[in-house]
Amino acid sequence: MDAALTPSAFEPRGKRPPSAQAPRLRLWSARHARGLERVYAAFEKTLLAAAPLLSRIGYARLERPVAFVERHLKGALFDCRMCGDCILSATGMSCPMNCPKALRNGPCGGVRADGGCEVYPDMPCVWVEAYEGSRLMKEGARIALAQPPLDHRLNGSSAWLRLARRRAP
Amino acid sequence: MTAGAPHPHDIGVDPAAPLVELPGHSSRGRLERVLRRGEFAVTAELNPPDSSDPEDVYARAHIFEGWVDAINATDGSGAHCHMSSVAICALLTRVGYSPILQISCRDYNRIAIQGNVLGAAALQVGNILCLTGDGVQCGDHPEAKPVFDLDSTALLAVIKRMRDEGRFLSGRKIATPPRVFIGAVENPFAPPRDFRAARLAKKVAAGAQFAQTQYCFDLPLFQRFINQARDLGLDEKCFILAGVGPLASARAALWMRAHVAGVHIPDSVIARLQGARDQKAEGKRICVEMIQQLRETKGVSGVHVMAYRQEQTVSEIVHESGVLKGRAPWRRDFVPKMQAVESLGAG
Repeated sequence: MDAALTPSAFEPRGKRPPSAQAPRLRLWSARHARGLERVYAAFEKTLLAAAPLLSRIGYARLERPVAFVERHLKGALFDCRMCGDCILSATGMSCPMNCPKALRNGPCGGVRADGGCEVYPDMPCVWVEAYEGSRLMKEGARIALAQPPLDHRLNGSSAWLRLARRRAP
Repeated sequence: MTAGAPHPHDIGVDPAAPLVELPGHSSRGRLERVLRRGEFAVTAELNPPDSSDPEDVYARAHIFEGWVDAINATDGSGAHCHMSSVAICALLTRVGYSPILQISCRDYNRIAIQGNVLGAAALQVGNILCLTGDGVQCGDHPEAKPVFDLDSTALLAVIKRMRDEGRFLSGRKIATPPRVFIGAVENPFAPPRDFRAARLAKKVAAGAQFAQTQYCFDLPLFQRFINQARDLGLDEKCFILAGVGPLASARAALWMRAHVAGVHIPDSVIARLQGARDQKAEGKRICVEMIQQLRETKGVSGVHVMAYRQEQTVSEIVHESGVLKGRAPWRRDFVPKMQAVESLGAG
């Protein structure tokens, strides 16, 4: 593959897959999955408690500013792609949308012997990271849950608000 | 040649006629019958032609006849363009072969896939294998847009739902659901290795009834995987067919290891090939020995022979391994009428 070309499978365009030479924060995040799991559990509680307030302000009005914060915060920590249906807590805090095949249920059969991605040999496989991350987590067994097909209409929307809307009492 | 006759359940009134339904079976295909009878199954991979001539397909299938229980028609393997899997399967069912349709998530979205499943079932295709698919970067069209709308586990669940609930993913009803035997793939040799059995468990829960694995050249690693799978009870819920194949030479093995995604070949195998006078014969012998060892491995229900560009050796490999133990897989020239004629002649 011509290294000068932007890999077609890798979106958003222009973003390069991380490698040992250019590591990204998301590799750190998967290695600190237990701590992030705690932070997420606390955040989820807060979010659900705030649901009545969010509802009063109006989810439609909140969508853009919350999605902006989510995109940048999760973008920095996980290279989040804003799929809109976040399953980080079931994937060892390694975002599966960074897989060039967008696999949400486990690794493909092409993972290299050194744990490198089939498509981008320098990038550690997202699912190797996910498996390692899940083993650190208290609820790591959630990696065994089957994930349904992704609803692509959610792309770009806030997964946090979706959670608050769906799970609030 | 193979002795004996195919099992009566595997024979229709004429070669291309659909078989009668059997209770407890989800398809009318021969592969499911062989496996449910507890027999050690053999499947082989057909290398699809770069041609629009059906004779090219028939010639490639014919060399397996009487030696295998089902024929896999690959779906753009290695992200290279060839005749489509669904078309090859449809051609094969006309003759009476038992094809396995391969669906790779790389090339179709959920709308195209579900349409293909119904179409294939209408054309008497009884087996469907769900794969992720190699990335487009390794094929002859690296500039293509990869689809990956579903992943292989989600795909299994979609087809199971179509068959068992008679509904599309959208919930819309299907008048006549597809009667298919659903399969998955697994690569026990790729990292994260300890997750591989759990991943197969996920696929079995999603609907996989049989599984075909990547090439096995490393028995201890395979046994580790199969023991983990057995600990999860997978061998009770899913027929596991181990992938095997002959290596043409040490050079070919080194090339495969470096360039074909997910193929693991230990140094000891390469050393053995390098030390042999006739490397091709040695490659075949390694394959035959591997089949014999897999036959004795608990939890293995069959082998899947992938002899890329050496398809003519499949019959010899199956014969020399003796895995069929005198059993005769279906062949075209065997029809009940002919059996009567033969017995008359013998009397």
